[in-house]
Amino acid sequence: MIQFYLNGQATQAPCGQSLADLIEQLGLAGRRLAIELNAEIVPRAAHTTVMLNDNDRVEIVHAIGGG
Amino acid sequence: MHDTENESDRFTIDGQLFDSRLLLDIGHYRDPQRALVAARASGAEIICVSVRRNNLGQRSDEANLLDTLSPDEFMILPSSSGCYNAADAIECCQRARELLNGQNLVKLEVLGDEQTLYPDIAATLTAAQTLINDGFRLMVYCNDDPVIARRLENMGAAALMPMGAPPGSCLTQFNPGNLRRLIDQASIPVLLGGITSTSDAALAMELGCDAVVIDRAIAHAQEPVLMAQAMRFAVQAGRLDYLAD
Repeated sequence: MIQFYLNGQATQAPCGQSLADLIEQLGLAGRRLAIELNAEIVPRAAHTTVMLNDNDRVEIVHAIGGG
Repeated sequence: MHDTENESDRFTIDGQLFDSRLLLDIGHYRDPQRALVAARASGAEIICVSVRRNNLGQRSDEANLLDTLSPDEFMILPSSSGCYNAADAIECCQRARELLNGQNLVKLEVLGDEQTLYPDIAATLTAAQTLINDGFRLMVYCNDDPVIARRLENMGAAALMPMGAPPGSCLTQFNPGNLRRLIDQASIPVLLGGITSTSDAALAMELGCDAVVIDRAIAHAQEPVLMAQAMRFAVQAGRLDYLAD
């Protein structure tokens, strides 16, 4: 298992999990969202190839009202 | 997309044509469904949204705005509203681009004062340069200073979005003389925000604004749908007045 931070919250995940796996597991597959890994945006095309590592900081963001 | 009374009188932002000169900011609705109803009543084609870090990860059932206000029905204009420095605003715009499948058109907003929501112009110019270099097309929240407006235009801004009335002031705050000067000088679209009433909206259009952005004036009305319709007609009336003169 590894420990990472999901939107600031300590979270556990099995080793060898990609960002796409994480999205799937959270029930967010197909949703319009953006992922930042350690403060860098990970383009959607790279979600399947980028793996989660110990102590990673993952932010999942979406749009809210207001402009 | 929506009917209009004057088919040929479209306006262009960054190469895209729009019939409706009313942009709806949906920052103040209880839920996306209410925003959608108001948006449809207003005839708006462009919807302004914020992109903020939200704990989407923990709750998969949380309402996602873009599921209700679909990019298939509206042009979604993301903004860096709520950002108070250049770095945050830049990050916010980058997040928005990822969220909207590479859309480069965003509203840059760097605020300088929590009470009045005045823009921090120095930080805005810094952020604008970085974002333009990164391929963004910017609609820039600014004040009505013609020197700043010219500088933004020369940098390559796609549109100017000068502030109108500060939130909650309920005053017709914009300076018609300054606004007129800005419009006469600019060769990019000028869109006025901070519209507090239908008469404000009509006056802004009468002065020659390309469009207006409406937020609380519709959201906080007792009957948002009626107010959305009222604003729609006010914008059209002001525009026709401008064309007639």
